[in-house]
Amino acid sequence: MIAAGTPLKVSLAATAASLILVLVVFELIRSRRLRERYALLWLLTGIVLVVLSAWRGGLNTIAGWFGVKGYPPAVLFAVGLLFVILVLLHYSTVISRLSDQNVVLAQRLALLETRISEAGSASPAESFDALIPRGR
Amino acid sequence: MSAEGRRRIAIVPAYNEERNIGRVLDELRAFDPGLDVVVISDGSLDRTAEVAAEHGAHVVRLPFNLGIGGAVQTGFRYAHERGYDLVVRCDGDGQHDPAELPKVLAPVLAGEADIAVGSRFAGEAGFRSSATRRVGIRLLAVIVSAIARQRLTDTTSGFQALNRKALELFAGDYPHDYPEVEGIVMTIKHRLRLREVPVTMREREHGRSSITALRSIYYMAKVLVALFVGLFRRRVVPAEDL
Repeated sequence: MIAAGTPLKVSLAATAASLILVLVVFELIRSRRLRERYALLWLLTGIVLVVLSAWRGGLNTIAGWFGVKGYPPAVLFAVGLLFVILVLLHYSTVISRLSDQNVVLAQRLALLETRISEAGSASPAESFDALIPRGR
Repeated sequence: MSAEGRRRIAIVPAYNEERNIGRVLDELRAFDPGLDVVVISDGSLDRTAEVAAEHGAHVVRLPFNLGIGGAVQTGFRYAHERGYDLVVRCDGDGQHDPAELPKVLAPVLAGEADIAVGSRFAGEAGFRSSATRRVGIRLLAVIVSAIARQRLTDTTSGFQALNRKALELFAGDYPHDYPEVEGIVMTIKHRLRLREVPVTMREREHGRSSITALRSIYYMAKVLVALFVGLFRRRVVPAEDL
């Protein structure tokens, strides 16, 4: 069974949505709300989506490469899911790094506070306490 | 060789131990008046830091709770910065009896070990615990012994003595999640000499241990994963061995 290409209306709507995603990403980078290091990832995603949306026979062709028969969009889901997993994994590494750095900062801060309060009469530890929200 | 003449410090990690910490500090002082003591208050919400200061300890107050590994490493960094060459680690909950310290210190003082660990199980039984924890501790001991190629009985003991070499290693890099178990493996990987000595530990006086029965199973699984992955980590050879 050979499926026809994506219906024109669907293709147009999907292309528009993908283009909006690319624009949003671009705007986030421009306004420095998204670091360049993550920018490439999201731009690439947007561009892949634009291509898949605009190239109406594309899904069928790609599904053909992988031997997917019957339902070509399954390829899209598989690729999308893989991408989401990779992004999540990447976030886990980012969070791990941040929390390691956080530990080092807390340790250095505490050691410095001790040093300062030993050296001076004022007790900076207490004045710092007012600024740091307590709790786990 | 005796402890006299060496700059020595006790590191006491404590999280909300205002009721136990005072007695621990008094006992440490009574054991060895020349022993400096630093209490790491790990984001305690009670008066742990104040009580410790009142009992004459140096106090480092972490701004929030880092967990035992992060707290103990803070102590190692404190000791390392200030040039101590003999360190004992003693928990702030009163479980580790300072009267047992000579046993733990002996191998390090004699130059036979870089790290000595007080074990609850190496000698006569003096410690009772829930069945789950006992099985877990036994299993960990078997696995870690195999990795270390030496017989170890208590891989989760925080009652330890370290020389300057071990202090340097741990001040720079100390495992955060399961510091005792991973620390033993690190010690071996860095070719430091580890010695286990039998000690008796006490029950907690006040409050509850941070490890509950159900959690210990989860804990075991995580430790095993950490251990397994740790085996594949690049080892850092001490400078003089290069």
